[in-house]
Amino acid sequence: METFSYRHKAERRSTGSKAQAIIGVVASGNLEVLVERVLPDTECQVEVSTPITGFGSVWEAVITDFVERRSPGGLKLSINDGGARADTVALRLAQAVRLIEEEGR
Amino acid sequence: MTLADILASLFPAGHDVVQEGGLLFGSGPLKDGGRITVIGVADRTPLGVDEALRLAGHVLAILEQGGDGPILVLVDSDSQRMSKRDELLGLNEFLAHLAKCLIYAGLQGRHTIGLLYGHSAAGAFIATVMATRSLVALPGATPAVMDLPSMSRVTKLSIEALQEKAKSTPVFAPGLDNLAQTGAVLAIWDDKSSLADQLQALLGQAEDGGDRRDRLGKARKGRPKAADIAERVHDLALQPE
Amino acid sequence: MTSTPFVRHNAPSWYEASARERVRGLLDAGSFKEFIGPEQRETSPHLGIFDLPRQFDDGIVVGRGKLSGKPVFVAAQEGRFMGGAFGEVHGAKLTGLLRAARDAKSIPVLILFDTGGVRLQEANAGELAIGEIMRALLEARRAGAKVIGLIGGRAGCYGGGGLLAGCCSALAVSEHGRIAVSGPEVIETNRGVEEFDSKDRSLVWRTMGGKNRRLIGGADAFVDDTIEAFRAAALFLIERAPAFGLDVLKAEQARLAERLNRFGACADGLDIWKQEGIVDAASVPGMSAEDFTALANRIREPRYDAR
Repeated sequence: METFSYRHKAERRSTGSKAQAIIGVVASGNLEVLVERVLPDTECQVEVSTPITGFGSVWEAVITDFVERRSPGGLKLSINDGGARADTVALRLAQAVRLIEEEGR
Repeated sequence: MTLADILASLFPAGHDVVQEGGLLFGSGPLKDGGRITVIGVADRTPLGVDEALRLAGHVLAILEQGGDGPILVLVDSDSQRMSKRDELLGLNEFLAHLAKCLIYAGLQGRHTIGLLYGHSAAGAFIATVMATRSLVALPGATPAVMDLPSMSRVTKLSIEALQEKAKSTPVFAPGLDNLAQTGAVLAIWDDKSSLADQLQALLGQAEDGGDRRDRLGKARKGRPKAADIAERVHDLALQPE
Repeated sequence: MTSTPFVRHNAPSWYEASARERVRGLLDAGSFKEFIGPEQRETSPHLGIFDLPRQFDDGIVVGRGKLSGKPVFVAAQEGRFMGGAFGEVHGAKLTGLLRAARDAKSIPVLILFDTGGVRLQEANAGELAIGEIMRALLEARRAGAKVIGLIGGRAGCYGGGGLLAGCCSALAVSEHGRIAVSGPEVIETNRGVEEFDSKDRSLVWRTMGGKNRRLIGGADAFVDDTIEAFRAAALFLIERAPAFGLDVLKAEQARLAERLNRFGACADGLDIWKQEGIVDAASVPGMSAEDFTALANRIREPRYDAR
């Protein structure tokens, strides 16, 4: 198993008032993302645990891109990876942020 | 010990346990008085729909007679019978029904004792000895969830790799010591001393205080989390809204 | 005899839904409160030995909510994580929930089964979990709580899960659901392809699938593959499910004995259905849920008093 932790600055706070959300399932080709609103408004953190070793630079690139696009300020995102492709990872990260920003669910 | 030896050691004054079609039915006297009902599976017989129904019927007949006498479940079985017919007819219900009858007997105050003297596995294990209040075993008994070769096929790890991992944890490999450490087996009896004495001693132990197998597994360091997780969920669930 | 209502097209599929989506769709909006949720990170202590990834909720969601305004406890297995299999933490969450139901006495429990059985990497802990869940389930029933099993997911309800299903007060199953002890591959590996061809999907479904279970009395309600249909079935079955006691066990003994008597010599599901008076037995697998339920109700009224 490999674990990574990335800390980034975000331009602005992720909107909404929900404290946490979760999306996805740990299965082949899939992953789960737990997102928690626990950090200062302009910080974000992404933690990854994966059984597929040697892809550190890919994770870093996907996550850096995600932070730039979505500005997930205040959010800690924790990933359990089941062996997903980069585009699935990007999708789940975006879904996670959308979920925690959604009101009334 | 052969089955005959075991029965003789359990009931030195004699017993009326008979074997029919791989199943055991009967009773025997206890040292301190009274009798204990005996049911069981012998000769590594697989537990299919027919066997489960016969055993359950016997338990129900005992329950209908009333009273609160103990029941001994003596087992040397295969796993559940693996066949198209058994599954077609709903084997899950038949095994569940047997387990329900035994657990019901226990909830009604009868001390149900599972004595594993040979093999048992998977659904047969769950529906017989695991459905009793006290599960004990003789040395050399071989309980298993699944045999290592099958586990190797399903997990895609070699038998050697599984055996290596099994050295550091009791949580998956077959074997009596592992089932004891995880809390399933209460005690391993001494096959060199009187089984009648050990049976009487077990019957003399404190009243049923509920299912303590998870706490036993924690104390024996076989299952580090189960007891605490169950207790936490239980307590959270009972909090007022 | 009320059939469960049939619902509009495009209603969310039970089969396609995750465990969390099923719980959310089943319960009254906003009523669900989870116990030991994923943010607690109570994961398996054993999967690391096998270099397998963990899931934060260890593959089961447990909590309480409301069903038509009345409190219920819910447990939903995620069939896509480790095949929905029972591990130490996974099992303990359900054990704790059922022990609470025993103590609360009057709050029903809905178990959304989606499981291949015991998780082999934690085989002994998983097997013990089955034993402990079974005991807690029956204690809950004995105390007066109804325990309703809902089966219609990807993993089916196999192994120890099949035995637990047989301990529930009542069961609802959909077309996708399967209930059995040994899985098709295990039967084939142990007994050969002549005994059971695990690749023959229609054989698997005729033997273990929801329709056969409904027709032989192995499940009490057959429902469409929608969350709404399962919700309606849960409400319906909570009202009708029996208390647990000697009378029910005796009735079950008679029910199972009669089944062996009538169908014990049948070679296939088709033979059972023909014996039950279904003229065009071969049409059963292809029937819509609505047509099948109407047929099943004509052939065999569910009993509700012998499980």
